[in-house]
Amino acid sequence: MATALSTSMLPTLASAQERMLDNTQRKQPLKVWGARFKELEYRYSDNDEELGVWDADFFYGTDALKFRLLTSGEYSIDGQAYEKLENQLVGQVPISTFFDVQAGIRVDTPEGPDRTYAVLGITGLAPQWFEVDASVYVSKGGKASAELDASYELLLTNYWILIASLDTTVAFNEDKEIGVGKGLVSSEVGLRLSYDLIDRTLSPYIGVVHERKYGDTAALSRTAGSSTEDWFAVVGARLIF
Amino acid sequence: MKKTLWAGVLSLLLPMAGFAGEYNLTVDRVEIDTGDFVKKGIGYNGKSPGPILRFKEGEEVTINVTNNLKEMTSIHWHGLILPFEQDGVPGITFPGIKPGETFTYNFPIIQSGTYWFHSHSGFQEPDGAYGAIIIEPKGREPFRYDREYVIQLADSHPHSGDRIMRNFKIMPDYYNREQQTVGEFFSDVSKDGFLNTVKDRLAWGDMRMMKADVEDLQGFTALINGKGPKQNWTGIFEPGERIRLRFINSSAMTYFDIRIPGLEMTVVQADGNNVQPVNVDEFRISVAETYDVIVRPKNNQAYTIFAESMGRSAYARATLTPEEGMEAAVPKLRKPARLTMADMGSMHGMDHGSMDHGSMNNGNMNESDVMPDMDHSKMKGMDHSNMDHGSMMMPEGGASDPFYAKGSGLIPSAANGGKFLSYADLKAQRPLYDEREPTREIELRLTGNMERYIWSINDVKYEDAEPIRLQYGERVRFKFVNETMMAHPMHLHGMWSILDVGEGQWNPIKHTISVQPGTTVYMETEVDAPGQWAFHCHLSYHMAAGMFAKVIVEGGPEPDQAVLSDLPLGNGGEL
Repeated sequence: MATALSTSMLPTLASAQERMLDNTQRKQPLKVWGARFKELEYRYSDNDEELGVWDADFFYGTDALKFRLLTSGEYSIDGQAYEKLENQLVGQVPISTFFDVQAGIRVDTPEGPDRTYAVLGITGLAPQWFEVDASVYVSKGGKASAELDASYELLLTNYWILIASLDTTVAFNEDKEIGVGKGLVSSEVGLRLSYDLIDRTLSPYIGVVHERKYGDTAALSRTAGSSTEDWFAVVGARLIF
Repeated sequence: MKKTLWAGVLSLLLPMAGFAGEYNLTVDRVEIDTGDFVKKGIGYNGKSPGPILRFKEGEEVTINVTNNLKEMTSIHWHGLILPFEQDGVPGITFPGIKPGETFTYNFPIIQSGTYWFHSHSGFQEPDGAYGAIIIEPKGREPFRYDREYVIQLADSHPHSGDRIMRNFKIMPDYYNREQQTVGEFFSDVSKDGFLNTVKDRLAWGDMRMMKADVEDLQGFTALINGKGPKQNWTGIFEPGERIRLRFINSSAMTYFDIRIPGLEMTVVQADGNNVQPVNVDEFRISVAETYDVIVRPKNNQAYTIFAESMGRSAYARATLTPEEGMEAAVPKLRKPARLTMADMGSMHGMDHGSMDHGSMNNGNMNESDVMPDMDHSKMKGMDHSNMDHGSMMMPEGGASDPFYAKGSGLIPSAANGGKFLSYADLKAQRPLYDEREPTREIELRLTGNMERYIWSINDVKYEDAEPIRLQYGERVRFKFVNETMMAHPMHLHGMWSILDVGEGQWNPIKHTISVQPGTTVYMETEVDAPGQWAFHCHLSYHMAAGMFAKVIVEGGPEPDQAVLSDLPLGNGGEL
């Protein structure tokens, strides 16, 4: 930067040392975009509930700064309503060899009351190849919660991949209106067997997912007449493009 | 017709020096058919690979390059010693060639040998923009041959270069289909025992490094002279003839191990410079290198030129035959290479138990400093079996090569158990410079972060790097310390790279030097070319990810002012 400045201010002196400045793309930070659906699936539960579910991520940026739109939701096919709908817009910067920090906002607009949160999280690759996302959320009303997402890919072959995933939420404050009790809120454990059909662009999978609510959250759920534990058979695809 | 004949006769009568040749190249969108897929790419004079340019030493060449693309382009004359404005690197030596524009290169040919040319803009080279250069020497060559063929290798991929780069950035192992699987775990358990296998997986998992990270880019079709294995490029010979094969590796990312089952190869030239002949059964060619070998098939049979990728994900194949239509057996690919802890070099010791993970980013640990410790007088006989490289650390087969880390998983060995060429075997046929002490040493650590697909020099990507400043007239000793787990073919433009193999004035003169993981390699450069030059890893996507430097040579005779004034400062162009 300093060189660029001095060269443009003193062209004659600079030409003696630096004959031309590199203004090509090579000298610019590489800007990259990407889109990835970790989950795009149909779920069928043990009590005949049908859901459409996605968990996706769109990004644009450089090694130093990326902007990421994280979107996930569950659409009840019977109820014709979003049981869950979360959108996050975060900025992401690297903090270590394998980890990035993310900060931004999250807006939940499912059926029922909406919520807006501030988000602070880390994302990266932990030792032994665990993909980890950990975030803390603080709602406009000052209610705090935390979420841990971890996944592991087991290569049965270089095309058949078994993916284990765990997603848990903890609430530090109760938010009764949206059915969240204090303490451990819920967990979702999944096991999916995928096959890379077209490069890594399209990888169809089948699997099972187990969802469970805990403690006060489970109690709130029971009061509302909903289940606290569900098993799902899932079929879907991972997409990268 | 008559005129050309007379011109031809006249040119034979004229003295060699001082004549001029004019050449025309167009840069075109072309279709590339690899036999496995057809893709849109970039070529020269309507084809990829482009034509073979034949120059003569002493010739003054004029090359008119017309850009028929909708984007900027450039041509770099790889390995040619020329004024820097003619070197063809946009942003460093000239602004680039705009769409529709014709740019005229003009420079004297002051060397001979096998070279190549390629675009230095964006990913045009991986997309097909390359061709061969043969320069006939002024004098007699120190070897005889009756026939010659260019064998130009490439790794043509169905995806465009831009898409490949993006996929690497999204997911660094996007193209790696040789990763360790559950099946390999069990086969390792039966070989090494359960506990050792688990320990091994935990050690690599802890580093978040893959033993399978040998070939970033897979899924390509390996080409010889533009032909895929199914299309089988074929060269004709008469039994008993000496055939000179000019191997050029124009791949974007792929090293090849080359052999011709049934034929011994005599290596006579490396990177355009004659070397003292070495007989080998097999050799490894890094990206951007050239090797000239002479073979003498005596039998009336076909031979397969077999070039396996270093990671064993693909092969290129061609045939030498006395008559059209004959073919020889095509060998099977050997098992994919696996890195070892030795390839982690300076980052990690050999001892899994005592790994210090706090020091991962610290390059000061004892690297396997191959050159100074070696007693090269012992290597004269080229009998490596006498060399003690720590037999405990040898991989299966006991292969060794001083240019690989001890116990490296990448050490090559010949498929027939014979001689595999090492850098240590290369000795210049004729020294190009007087031997002298280097004026200074510059350390270049080759660095990177595979998970982010960031590649850099001394931990700084090109976009953030200051130029390397050299003084005209000095002799610089470059110390490459490869701190990554991948091999990097380092290419300095404009000036020769004299590879230190411990042979003093007989050290080979190269333009591209492959630095294997976990090793330190030295080269010396006589700084005899004013101007500014590119210096980079020749793996296209490593270069684009930041493993690139600009070298400024200060002082020395002023280059042609007329040409310089045509160079607007900071004129933008494409990569």
